[in-house]
Parts: sequence; C-alpha cells; structure tokens
Amino acid sequence: MFTAYLKTAFFALILTAFATAQAQDNHGDVDHHEQVVTDGGKVNTKEEIKSYIEHHLQDSHDFHLFSYTNDANERKHIGFPLPVMVWSSAGPKFFLSSKFHHDDNAQVLVKEGDATFFKLHSKIYELESGAAAVSYDGDHHPSNAHKVFDFSITKSVFGLLAVGLIIFLLFRSLARQYKIRSIPTGVGRVLEPLVLYVRDEIARPNIGENKYRKFMPYLLTVFFLIWISNLLGLTPFGFNITGQIAITSCLALFTFFIVQFSANKDYWKHIFWMPDVPVLMKIVLIPIELLGIFTKPFSLLIRLFANITAGHFVVMSLIALMITLKAQFGAVVSTGLSVVLTLFISVIEVLVAFLQAFIFTMLSSLFIGMAVAEHDHHEHAGTEEDDVDEVRERFI
Amino acid sequence: MNLLEDFSPGLFFMQAIILIILIVLLGKFAWKPILSALSEREEGIESALKAAENAKLEMARLEASNEAAAQDARAQRDEMLKDAREIKEQMIADAAGQAQEKADNIIASAQEAIESEKKAALADIKSQVADLSLDIAEKVTRKELSEKDAQLALIDKMLAEANI
Repeated sequence: MFTAYLKTAFFALILTAFATAQAQDNHGDVDHHEQVVTDGGKVNTKEEIKSYIEHHLQDSHDFHLFSYTNDANERKHIGFPLPVMVWSSAGPKFFLSSKFHHDDNAQVLVKEGDATFFKLHSKIYELESGAAAVSYDGDHHPSNAHKVFDFSITKSVFGLLAVGLIIFLLFRSLARQYKIRSIPTGVGRVLEPLVLYVRDEIARPNIGENKYRKFMPYLLTVFFLIWISNLLGLTPFGFNITGQIAITSCLALFTFFIVQFSANKDYWKHIFWMPDVPVLMKIVLIPIELLGIFTKPFSLLIRLFANITAGHFVVMSLIALMITLKAQFGAVVSTGLSVVLTLFISVIEVLVAFLQAFIFTMLSSLFIGMAVAEHDHHEHAGTEEDDVDEVRERFI
Repeated sequence: MNLLEDFSPGLFFMQAIILIILIVLLGKFAWKPILSALSEREEGIESALKAAENAKLEMARLEASNEAAAQDARAQRDEMLKDAREIKEQMIADAAGQAQEKADNIIASAQEAIESEKKAALADIKSQVADLSLDIAEKVTRKELSEKDAQLALIDKMLAEANI
C-alpha cells in the first residue's frame, strides 16, 4: 500500500514539475506573442497555436465557438457572452463578459461603479484605486492589481450546469418510467445498464453489500457528471470542464470528506495504532498513514485533471498539424495526416472519457469501502491491500 | 500553466454548490426511485424464480406422490381382485356345500315324509280293509239268510266296490 502511495506522490511531483516548466515556457511565449505583428489575429504560427491551446485549456468567461478574420482584416468571434459575477473591494459586481471585448491581455479596462476590472490570462483582476493602467512586475504579474473572488458563470460553470441539466432530465425520465413499467424503453434502456454497472461493478464489490446504498447518490452523480463532462469536452463546443484543476479538486475533496465522515473506528485505528505490528512500527506508521489520507484524494484529482488536459492538448496539437506541417508537406497531406491522427486519438479519448469517470468513481468507492469495512485483522492484511495495489498498478 | 495559479477559487466554489445541488436533486428525483425500482424488480425476479423453483419441486413431489398413489391404487386393486376371487371361490364352495347339505336335508326329509305317508297310507288301507271286511261280513251274514243268489250277487258287488 505504501509503495502505491509513494508512486502516487512521485507521479504527482513529476507532473507538478512538468506543469511548472510548462508555465515558464508559457510566459516566454506570451511575451513573444505580444511582439508579433498583427495579421488580423489569425492563429497560424507555432507560438500562436501554443497560446491558443493554453487558452483553451483554461477556463474562459465567454462561450466562444470559433473565430475568423474577415476580408477587412478584422478578427470576428462567434459565440455569446456569459455573466461575470465578482466580489470586488466595492462589493459584488455583475456584468456581461462582452464588456471585455474578448480581451485577455489586460488591454480593456471595465469600470463598474468604484471598481475597475481587467482580464489577464482568463483571470479577472481589480485595478487598485488610483491606477490608470496595468503595470507588471518581473514575472509578468500585474503589480498594481489583485485577483478578485470570481464566481462568474464561466464556460466551465455553464458546461457544468448544462451537464447537470442533461443528467437530471435523462435520469428523471428514467425514474418516471419505472412508475408505469418495470422495464424501461427508449433511452432508458441504455441508461439502466449504466446505473446497474455503477451499482454492481463499482459500488457493490468495493463498498460491500450492506453499506453501498448510502453512497450510491454520490457515486452515480459523480460518475455521470465526469463522464458527460469528458464527452462534452470532445465536442466542438470546446468545453474543458474536467480539465479544470478547481473542478477535479472539488470532486476529490468531496470524496475525501465522505471518506473521513463515514469512516468507522477500525479505519482510524489502522491509521493511528495499526494492529498486529510491533509498537515501534506503529509509531513509524502513523505519519505514513496520515499522509495516505491525503494522497488518496490527491491522486484522484491529479489523475482526472492530467488525463483530460493531456487529451485536449494532444487532440488540439494534432488538429494544429495541418497548419504546422503545411510548409513541409503541403496542404492536402498535412490536412489528411491531421484528420487521420485526430480521428485515431479522438476514438481513444472517447474511451478515456469513460475510463476516467470509471476510475474516479471506482477509487472513490474503494476508499469509502476501506473506511467503512469491518474486518478481521488477520484476513485484512492479505486481501484489501492487495486489491488497492492491484487497482493502482492497473490505472496509474 | 502553473497548477496553483490556474486554480480558480470561484470555479471551485461554483462546482461545490452545483455538485451539492445535483447530488440532492438527483438523489431525490432520480437515483432513489431508480434504485428502489431496480431492487424491487430484482427482488420480484428473484422471488418469481424462487416460486418457479418451488413450483417445480412441488410438481415433482406431486408427481412422485401421484405415482405412489397410482402404485398404491394398482396394488390395492390387485389385492381387491385377489380378495374378490377368493371370496367368489369361497362363496361358490360355500354355496355348493350348503346346497348339497340342503338337498341332502330335503331328500332326507322327503324320504322321511314318504316313509311316514306310506306308513299312514298302509295303516289307512289296513283300517279300511278291516272296515270293508267287517261291512262285507255283516252284509253277507245278513243276506245269506234271505236269498242265496242275491247274497252272492251282493258279495260280488261289494267286492267290486271294495276294489276301488
């Protein structure tokens, strides 16, 4: 079990380091990007593509479908604005994101009452009073502004609401069908096996026959929320809901709290005073087990985030091949290559979309199962740890 | 994209609210009715299967008991037939015995009756012969005195009468 934890921590560390390196690259690119001579905002250089992908991976305040440059060399954006809701120093402020005019580089200042806002890399900042323009420190962070608590209906929130609505409508209709007939028809015929799958393949074997019922609403909701969100991320709407670290953190935190609050005496005993080992080992095991409490949900949040982000990154990079390889291979070959590779990866991504939802739900129920299990100490040593190790090795 | 910098507290907050609302709403309006319907259906199927199994066992049991009953009935029938045959033979034998006995009795009594009748008849004849003799003697003696020929004719007449 501990080796699995160490592996998880190691994995997370590498990923964080990688992400930091990426971020540094990013800042360099952005600086470069600002010096590029305007060509109507067309995304046709490597740097522009890279920043476009970065921008996509982040949350955004508009619902943006696509952009094009018209004959007059003006960049047109197709989509619709979403409401911005921020808590500034002057209290709550509401306005539409169209006020930023698609600016993401702190060029447009929006004045709302006493507060002035601007948007930089998908984050809304409030300019400090008295300042007329944004100034930056050495790391390209604004020096005379601060972030505001931004509970806007961003694209991800909008997506979540849409997913929530889809799930609610689908399963409400399924629930209603059972009032008239015991075997559903139509869409319900597809949905019922999915519910059964979560119940019989995920919750029951991991949590146990007697206790799984209590956790079913959470597990089912999370499973379908993640799955539909992942699938929605593969549509041209360009949602990246489960690729937002805030969202995966929130999901993992829910699992964390559910595990801690439903844990029984045995669970805590195994953490603070492991039975059947020498006293010295008991003391050594306490910090390791305590760390384990946190690494488990941490691995959940990183795994989902990393998989979905990587998937989006790869798909967008492959789509961009038709631009980046155009010079070497010509338009037809590069486009053909891009389509074939993107199709291939997209099919894998459809699988990943399901797999990640499955793994998140599966591991959540496994952790819950470990917390509520009532075990014989002698039996426990061999079985459950093996299960955890096995499951982890399969998925990490 | 630094992970920590990328983390948006606002999005986290919204997600938490949406997730809680979703869990509550779906739990109340979707998962609970769906799961209870499913388990109800499964219990129904299980009990139906159990009932079918029971019915099968019951059928087998019934069939076995029917078979046993038939066997029993057959045995009983054979027994009864055998009994009946025995009784019949017994009855025939009894009846034959009884008939023989009765016939013997009847014959014996008939012989007895014939014997006694014969005796009675002989006695009767004897007494009548005596009476006749007496009568004849009386008449003979009475007439002899008057006419010889008439007396003889009378004796003939008397004898002719006595022959009857």
